[in-house]
Amino acid sequence: MFGWLHLTIPPAPAMFAQLLVGLINGAFYAMLSLGLAVIFGLLNIINFAHGAQYMLGAFCAWFLLSALGLGYWPALVLAPLIVGVAGIAIERLLLRHVYRLDPLYGLLLTFGLALIIEGVFRQQYGSSGQPYAIPPELRGGRNLGFMFLPNYRAWVILASLAVCLATWFTIERTRLGANLRAATENPVLVRAFGINVPRMVTLTYGAGVALAALAGVMAAPIYQVSPLMGSNIIIVVFAVVVIGGMGSISGAIISGFTLGLVEGLTKVFYPEASNTVIFVIMALVLLVKPAGFFGHAR
Amino acid sequence: MAQRLSSARFVTVVLLALAFVAPFVLYPVFLMEALCFALFACAFNLLIGYVGLLSFGHAAFFGSAAYITAYTVKVWGVPPEIGILAGVAVAAIFGTAFGWLAIRRQGIYFSMITLALAQMVYFVALQAPFTGGEDGIQAVPRGRLFGVIDLNDTMTMYYFVLAVFLIGFALIVRTINSPFGQVIKAIRENEPRAVSLGYHADRYKLVVFILSASLSGLAGSLKSLVFELASLTDVEWTMSGWVVLMTLVGGLGTVLGPAVGAFFLVAMQHYLAQLGSWVTVVQGVIFVVCVLVFRRGIVGTIAFYAVPPRDVPGREKPTDGGEKPTEVGAAAAARGAS
Repeated sequence: MFGWLHLTIPPAPAMFAQLLVGLINGAFYAMLSLGLAVIFGLLNIINFAHGAQYMLGAFCAWFLLSALGLGYWPALVLAPLIVGVAGIAIERLLLRHVYRLDPLYGLLLTFGLALIIEGVFRQQYGSSGQPYAIPPELRGGRNLGFMFLPNYRAWVILASLAVCLATWFTIERTRLGANLRAATENPVLVRAFGINVPRMVTLTYGAGVALAALAGVMAAPIYQVSPLMGSNIIIVVFAVVVIGGMGSISGAIISGFTLGLVEGLTKVFYPEASNTVIFVIMALVLLVKPAGFFGHAR
Repeated sequence: MAQRLSSARFVTVVLLALAFVAPFVLYPVFLMEALCFALFACAFNLLIGYVGLLSFGHAAFFGSAAYITAYTVKVWGVPPEIGILAGVAVAAIFGTAFGWLAIRRQGIYFSMITLALAQMVYFVALQAPFTGGEDGIQAVPRGRLFGVIDLNDTMTMYYFVLAVFLIGFALIVRTINSPFGQVIKAIRENEPRAVSLGYHADRYKLVVFILSASLSGLAGSLKSLVFELASLTDVEWTMSGWVVLMTLVGGLGTVLGPAVGAFFLVAMQHYLAQLGSWVTVVQGVIFVVCVLVFRRGIVGTIAFYAVPPRDVPGREKPTDGGEKPTEVGAAAAARGAS
């Protein structure tokens, strides 16, 4: 029965390399599902355009480099700002019209937005990717003895962990986060305390979108900058969200990283299933724990 | 009431007459494509329009049935009717499994789960040896129906597709207007109440899910015979979005709406074919416009203005049902907010 296990056990360095890839993917799953969870918490909308906005972040970095000559580090700040402002415009112009409707309309609206954004970029750049170079400061790597660790990948893992922790801290431990959580529970009461909830909703959407764009910039040197990079990842992130549940910020972070690792491990032992393993896990989790690991039943 | 009934009968007769004459006027392959998607959209609408569940994974049923029919007909050489049955059976099996998993969650989670499960089918279709990967299964023979009727003739094929569509459509209308249909509408309107009256809501939802999946499979099987092709496009998530859009444009929860939406969008796609990726953009724009200002859809809007509310008898309820989930959602949101 476990014959294939025997056949495909790889040498240790290859295994660590795949685990590293898994950890990198997990970093992006975590950042994206974090943004989804933050947006869903306050707006009660699943942001289907999240993948497209991640792709926008990567393209924004690419534009800044090719048109203005601005490198990776300025892009890391500017791209999320630009895409975040675009997100705020989307929220003000479109999303606010569907808040009083069934949440499904929010999903359909953002799905339409994703099609528009992706279609425009595909028309312009085809399906092929644009290369984006690793910044010079992070080129090369170091030998850890058991494996070779490229500097850029180490940076992505550390930076995304830092971003995730900062988001968690902001929401769970600061006054702003307390207001945010209160508005999630009862927006009318929070408004009665003199807090501008609609503005908070707008800024939250902008922040969630900026988070997706930041992930996009960080992904640009690893994957190619392609119009399809967003839709490829967003469905996996949806599965991650179903597994983790959208109840908690830490849940999104933990399940993102864990599932990335699991995916990497699958690539080592049974590569044919690496594309589907997260969906299979989702199905199993639905059987035993329908609300997800960190969620409440909804 | 009598007048309403007769006008409904009048519309039916006119539509049927049009369907019989249409292939002499319009390009038959276009009509067959539209009929396949009309059946697909009507099957999908059974779930969103009458149970209030938005599936974002119906491409899995459509596409898997298309692959199975194409494979059995081409490689095993079975007659087309057996190929279609095999496709529908596989779609029904997938429908049972996916439905059983997905109805454990509601609302937005249901959509995400169906989408993720369908993506799993997509990857299987991409990697499995029998699906032909990127090429799909090409040159599928249409064969002879029941060993007698040669489907290679375009006109014969058209009437076959029309007949299958009408059977599927009649089944859907019958389901909606049956006591079973009344129960599923009750579940959509107020699930806890339906449960308190002793109905097993989950069982009803599962049955509708399986029915919807099987009919989507039927549409997919037909499509693979019409185009003599089953490909990755049929199982991709864009296909799931496409059927959502057809139903939305035609009118969620209206009987005829999805079919009208399918004809409208398939025609649009034919006209815009030379635009390349802009078609995706146009689709997206239609989505946004429909959600923001045109939630009733084409048929829903006509019904809203043509039929004064007091004239709407019980059996016509579905025509204005599209807004119902919205109101329920809005009420729930208001309750949550206050």
